[in-house]
Order: sequence, then C-alpha cells, then structure tokens
Amino acid sequence: MAGYQMKRTARIALAPSVLLLIVGMIVPLATTLWLSFRFYNFMNPTLGGFAGLSNYEFFLTDPAFLQAIINTLLLVGGVLAITVIGGILLGLLFDQPMWGRGIARLLMIAPFFVMPTVSALVWKNMLMHPGYGIFAWIAMKLGLPPVEWLSNYPLLSIILIVAWQWLPFATLIFLTALQSLDHEQQEAARMDGAGPFDRFIYIILPHLGRAITVVILIETIFILAIFAEIFVTTSGGPGYASTNLPYLIYVQALMQFDVGAASAGAIIAVVLANIVAIFAIRLAGRNLTA
Amino acid sequence: MRKSIIAFGAALALGGAVSSASAEEIVIATVNNGDMIIMQKLSKEFEDQTGIKLRWVVLEENTLRERLAADIATKAGQYDVISVNSYQTQLWAKMGWLTKLDDFSASYDYDDFIPATRQSLSVDGVMYGAPFYGESLITFYRKDLFEKAGITMPEKPTLDDLAGFAEKITDRENGINGICLRGKPGWGENTPLITTFVSALGGEWFDMEWKPRLTSEPWRQAMDWYLDVMKKAGPVGAATNGYNENRVLFSSGKCGMWIDATVTAGYLLDPKESQVSDTTGFAPFPVTDKNPQAAGWSGAWALAIPASVTDNAAAAKKFIEWATSKEYARLVGEREGWLLAPSGTRKSTYALPEYQNVAEPFADKVLAAISAVNPTKPTVNEVPYTGAGFIDIAEFQALGTTIGQNIAAALSGSKTADEALQESQAYAERTMERAGYYKK
Amino acid sequence: MVRAATTGLGWLVALLLFFPILWTVLTSFKTEVEAIAFPPAFWPEGWTLENYFQVQERSEYFSHFLNSVIISLGSTILGMMVAIPAAWSMAFQPGRGTRHVLMWMLSTKMMPAVGALVPIFLIFKSVGLLDNLVGITLILLIGNLPIMVWMLYTYFREIPSDILEAARMDGATTLKELVYVLLPMSLPGVASTMLLNIILAWNESFWTLSLTAVKAAPLTAFIASYSSPQGLFWAKLSAASTLAILPILVVGWISQKQLVRGLTFGAVK
Repeated sequence: MAGYQMKRTARIALAPSVLLLIVGMIVPLATTLWLSFRFYNFMNPTLGGFAGLSNYEFFLTDPAFLQAIINTLLLVGGVLAITVIGGILLGLLFDQPMWGRGIARLLMIAPFFVMPTVSALVWKNMLMHPGYGIFAWIAMKLGLPPVEWLSNYPLLSIILIVAWQWLPFATLIFLTALQSLDHEQQEAARMDGAGPFDRFIYIILPHLGRAITVVILIETIFILAIFAEIFVTTSGGPGYASTNLPYLIYVQALMQFDVGAASAGAIIAVVLANIVAIFAIRLAGRNLTA
Repeated sequence: MRKSIIAFGAALALGGAVSSASAEEIVIATVNNGDMIIMQKLSKEFEDQTGIKLRWVVLEENTLRERLAADIATKAGQYDVISVNSYQTQLWAKMGWLTKLDDFSASYDYDDFIPATRQSLSVDGVMYGAPFYGESLITFYRKDLFEKAGITMPEKPTLDDLAGFAEKITDRENGINGICLRGKPGWGENTPLITTFVSALGGEWFDMEWKPRLTSEPWRQAMDWYLDVMKKAGPVGAATNGYNENRVLFSSGKCGMWIDATVTAGYLLDPKESQVSDTTGFAPFPVTDKNPQAAGWSGAWALAIPASVTDNAAAAKKFIEWATSKEYARLVGEREGWLLAPSGTRKSTYALPEYQNVAEPFADKVLAAISAVNPTKPTVNEVPYTGAGFIDIAEFQALGTTIGQNIAAALSGSKTADEALQESQAYAERTMERAGYYKK
Repeated sequence: MVRAATTGLGWLVALLLFFPILWTVLTSFKTEVEAIAFPPAFWPEGWTLENYFQVQERSEYFSHFLNSVIISLGSTILGMMVAIPAAWSMAFQPGRGTRHVLMWMLSTKMMPAVGALVPIFLIFKSVGLLDNLVGITLILLIGNLPIMVWMLYTYFREIPSDILEAARMDGATTLKELVYVLLPMSLPGVASTMLLNIILAWNESFWTLSLTAVKAAPLTAFIASYSSPQGLFWAKLSAASTLAILPILVVGWISQKQLVRGLTFGAVK
C-alpha cells in the first residue's frame, strides 16, 4: 500500500483525540483567559466591565499566594519522596519469595482503589482525630500526649494521606520493573563479590530509571491538582498552612465568588504547571519516547 | 386469605396511583444535619399525600453552600427547594434570586412564627425563607460537674464567670475539658461565635465608613478571652472542632460547658443521642455590661425556592408549606419524639402540652435567647450593616472564611492573636477596597 | 529463615497499609457509641447492620452506584475508541511532530481542573449538560484521554512493526489490522489501560461533585452527604464509605493480575 495513503490514515486516526483535547482545553482556557480580564463576581452582579490587569494583581498580592506555591511544591515533593523511596523498598521486599505473597500484595495495593474523599474522611476522623483516633490511642499507649495532626502538622498530614494512596501504585510499577531484571546478571555480580548495597546502586537502580520517571510523571500530574483531600480535612488551614494553588483558586471562585480573580489565578497556575510540566516532560520525554 | 387479597389489591391500586402521579418530581437540596434528615424521612408522608416525588441532594454544609451559590448565581435551576440560612436569605432575596413565600393558605398562620426568626428571613416584610428551625446561642453545662466543683451557674453568667468555671471543672486526666468552643474555621463556624463575643464586648466589624475595625480593643479582648480559656480548659485539636465535633464531645461527656446553637438542646436531652441527657443544664449566652443586648446570634435554617424555578414552583411551594407547618411539628413530635420537634420557629409548638412536657428544662430559655437578640442593632456603636452573628453583605462569606482561618491559626498556636487580627484587618481592607466600598 | 523474615516483614507492611480500610469496614458494623469508644474496641461487639439500613434508607445507593458504573465504563470505553487509533498512529506511523503531540497531550493534564470549573459550569449550563450523564462522561473522557493515549502508545511500541506489515501484505485493511493483529497482541496493555481508567474515573471527585446534582450523581456525591453531619456519625460514615469503595476494590482485586501486567508502561521493562 502506498506510504502516502498510510500517512493519511494515520492522521485521520489521530484526529479525534487531538480534536477532543483541543476543544476540551482551548475552550475553557480561552473562556478563563477572557474572564481573567473582567470584573465578575457571582454574588455581586453590579460589578462588571474590563478589569485590565487588576485581577492578576489582586491574585498575586494575595497574602496566601506565595505560601500556596510553596505548599504545592512541598506536597508534590513530599509525596514523591515518600512514594518513590518507599515504593522501591516495598518493590524489593515484595520481589522476595514469601508465604502468601499474593494475598499480602492484594492487601498492599488496596489503598490505590479508595476514593480520595473517602480516604481523607477516614484518616481525618478515624486515624488522626486527637480525641478518638487510632493514632491518639497509640500515643496514649506510649505514654505520649496525642498529636493534633490536622491543626499542628496540616501539610504533613495531607502528604501522609496522599502518599498512602499513591504508595501502592509506585510499588506496583517498581515491582513490575524488578521482575524483569536479569537475574543472571545479578548472580554474576554476586560472584564477583559485589555486596547487596553495590548491587542495588550499580544494577538495580539504573534498571529502575525508567520506572522512576514514569512514577514521577504520573504522580506529579495528579498531585499538582490535589484538592479533595485538603477540602475534606483542613480546608486549607489553619491560616494558609495547607492551602495549595488549586485550593486557593477554589477559595477565590467558590467561597469568595470572585470569578475574575479566580480566573487570573487559574491562568497563573497554568503557566506554573507548564513550567513544571516542561521539566517533568523533558526528563520523562527523553526516557519514554526515545 | 381474603384479607391478603384485599391488601394486595390495595397495594396495586396505591402503586398505580403513585406511579401515575409521579410525573411531578422536585429536587430538594439540604444540609445533612439532624433536623433535615428527619424531614427527609418523614417526607414519604408528603409523597403519599400529594403524589409529588421528592429527590434529595443531601450534602455537608460547606459543600452545599458552594453548590447552591453557583447554582443560584448562574440561574442553573438544578434545585427546586434549597435549604438556606438567614444570611443567604437576606442576601439572595435582595438580589431577586428567591421566590416570595407570602401566599400560603390561611391555616399556615404566618403570625405564629417567632418574630425574630421570621424577621431574619424576610426582606421588607415579605418572607423569602420559610423557617425550618430558628436558633440563637445558649450555654450548655454539666450540672454534675458543677456540683462536684462546688459552683453554681448564675442566672446571667458573664464571660469572666465562665472562664473561672471552665478552669475549675477541667480534669484532663479523666478526659473532662472545662469548655468546648468552635475552633474550626469558617463563616458559619468559628467566625460568628467570635463575632458575637466581640459584640458582647462592645465591638463591631466596620465603622460607618466601612473601615474594618478588627484590631480594635473589643476584638483583642475577645481573642484574649477565647484563646486563654481554650488553652486552659479546651479540648485537644480544638482548631478543627466545629459545631458537629463539639456536639459529639459534649454529648459523650467530654466537655463541662459548651456555648452553641440553641437547636441542640433537644438532642442533648435525648438519651439515644447523648450520654449526658440527665445532667445537662442550660444558661444564657455570657453577657458583659458593655453590651447586654448582644445575647446571641439570630440564625435560622429555612427552605426557599430559587427564582429561576418555574415549572416546579407550585409543587415546591406545596412541599415547603407542608414542611414548615404546624402539623409538621406535630408529626415530628409524634414520630421522632417531642424533644426533636423543630425549635425556635413556631410559638404554637411551645404551647403544646406534649412539647412542654419534655422540653420544659430548656424551652423557655431557648425562646428567651432567640427573642433577646436584635439583629437590626447588634452592636453598641452605630454600624452600616445588620445581622447578629453575620453581616448582610456579599463579601461576608469571603471575610468570614479568611478571618476564621486566622483565628484558627491563633488557636492552634501558629500565629499570635495580634498577628491573626492584623492579617485579618489587612485582608478585610483589601477585600472591601476591591469590592468598591471605598477608594484607598 | 530469610523467607520467614521477608514473609513477616511483607505481611506487616501489607497489613499496615490495609489497616485504614479494614478499620473502616469493622467500624461500619459497630454501633455509633462503640465507634467512638476510646480506647477503641477492635472487634464490633454486636456486628450490627443498622448503619447499612440507615444509609440505605437515607440515600438512593443503587442509583448512585449505577451512575458510577455508567460514567466510569462509559468514559473508558469511549475513550479507548478514540485513544486506540491515536496510539496506533503515533506508534506505527510516527511523523516528526509525534513526540511533541504526545507531550502536548500529557501537558493538558497539568492544567488545574479547578481553574476551568467556572467556564465549564457556564458552558454546561447553557447547553443543558449540568447533572447529565453524557456531560460528566465527556468531561472524564477528556480528562483521562492523555493518559490512555500515552499508555497505549508505550505498549504498541513494544510490538514489532514487521508483524503488522505482514498482515498488511496479506491485504488486511487498517481496521482489520488493528482489531485482529494489534489488539490481541497488546491485550495485557489494553486491559490494564482500561482498568486504570475505570479506577481513576470511579474515584474522580472534583468534576463529579461539581457538575452533578441528582440524576447523574455518582458515589462520590453519595459519600459527600456523610461527611461531618451532626451527632455521632463514625459508624454510618464507615458504612457509606464501605459501600462506596467496595465495588471498585473488588474489581481491582479480581483484575489485579491484568492491571499489574500492564502497568509496565512498555518502557519500564
């Protein structure tokens, strides 16, 4: 068959996806951009008209803005650190022969199937609650005062909840990658007298390179947008201690009804997310599409 | 045998009747609090009577408020009946977003409503929200703990009285906190409580030029009192405790005192709900001599219809009339127990002997607390706004949310009281300026 | 010896990770008073079903469940129908721009959903898609499409293009080539992509909550009515949570092998 015709078929095959994403992205983005230059408040219909850059100024000078950026990055960084390191360790562990490995693995992956709202509610009410929670009970058993997780360590608490959800995912990917590791090569290294640590650094870790990239890329996409966990547990507080960028935009849009400022915030978030995306995708792109 | 055939036939007929009439269907969005859940349960009665089918969206309070605001502001019309509070009713009625509820039948008896409650849901004398229950603030306390400590609750306690009592009855070893107060941030959580303390101390949110007064002396005093008493006698994790959390704490015997909504009184005396049902006492909201009229807040949960609802408006009205009628109060009393009958709305409920029988310990006090508040003049100084516990401007929701966050931060210790108030002041100035109340 | 140690450690970790779910299920069988008892009681004393009855009485669980099934299956199946041709095209007929198109697709996922909420809400309102199964399915489809295309692309690339060419020589049309050659060969990958998307769609709790009311409300909305109500609620919350997560947990467990086999993302191996 002619190569030309093949190319045409390929383009036609690609078109629906591209079109859907263009429509699904450009339309909201353009509307948001337009709104970001307007005075528009749900609860105050008398406001209106062209706002110039004042929405951007208002959002950027919000006392919570800088903190929200830092929190967003801390959230992504914290969860990635826990899930990548923890995931590799668990991957190594579950790669070992053990009795009942299948069932243990089923239990281990379960958190990944739990809805974010449910896991946030369960952690908040039944684990971290300083009065009735399991953690308070453990603290009491150890003779310690109960920790007020959500008021004193709000961001850390959210990182823990999110990491709990994503650790199984990371573990599964690393486990899959480890199982494809060449065992003869490992054996040979052992013969050469390489200790477990050396084998990990020189054989296993390089082998996991791509898997790590995949985990980082996918998790970053989802953790940049963390919302439900914050909404349910801390409402971004106390103060702004656990407000991330999506939550700040949400507060502007649906608690203050300032659609203009929220849209400006969304545009700023898109720009920032794309900066992160360029880094992440540069890193991943070379690995994944080369 | 014959009986069962008749029953079967009746069931068939009934089923037929229901399904043929179920063409009419209305969507009701409500908050997931106890009274609304009872309403949902009892509404099967209404469905059977009228053939109107009810679909329920029951949501947690914050989620509900956001959803309703988005719906009503964009006139999306997803809900036919919504549950709103006094603040939303005032604001939305003034914008023309709610339907007038002034044409119910004669037996509905508008004059039966407690004036303060009705007033908080009316604009220019027209009712836009039908009160489902009305509330103010009251002090709940544990009579047994007071007795043990050798103290008595005065007729009209002051803030200082309560602080002293709280310290005396605190027994953390045994899990008893002297006092529980809302700490969870939100314009419907800690903010109205602090606002009421500030009013009691003679303060206000804004002066006549709409300049925020959040760093004024009464705010400092209120914060100092609140932070001090919570530190010495409050529960752990207080900064995440809202109304619901405190209700659980108090009813499980972990609080010596609790200042909160009057509507809880019945639940606290209900042994099914409360482990302190026979030891709970009631006292007024603590006053100071600076502003004796700041005796609580005026709030209500009400049912309303968005103005964008047209097709189902008649059915929606029918439902609201039913759910806020005298007969409904009686139905709740008979089915669910008289302690749970809607409080703070109808005078006739308070006149019922069955209600008086069980509600005697608190009924008068609740009624007094609701009637004592004057929402049109809640403060000592003259102010450009009305509302007790809230301010009737669109920006209050934003202000209340952020200032509540700052107060919570002070309570959890991550900010000092001064920082919290200063940041709140700066935020309020910024918000009011942006909303066009004044130029810099 | 070593095996005993790894077994012990492995099970310890697994049980720790599973504990919050186990605790939720156990709590759902307790009475409300038992549920907040402190120190906590591990086993429910009476194994009461009361909470499940109450939840059932209050909410239309089945209708929420059905909506969840419809939107997660719907968005996944429709998504696959669009994503498979796209991934095929990129994997076997790559052009100079292919890599950029793929990365561009992924980057659309980086846009925070909350920023687009107001525009989407307004658009949906004007075209009557609010509280509509089609609308919410469409949104989830667009949201997950980049991940689908990317996952499928990485699997397809593992398949030697000679095989496809052989099929083409035999005169198979492109569609036949796709259906009879490519899909069977990449079945683990396709299954895994579908499973992952069903899970993601089932658990999506921003759009599903913001754009639905009654008719299209899935289980994420069902659970929202049990978060911090008044009075004692731990046991009822646990029962509702169990009902919301159980279906997807069972699906996840049953299909675990397929899911894992496919999670290699092609490149991981």
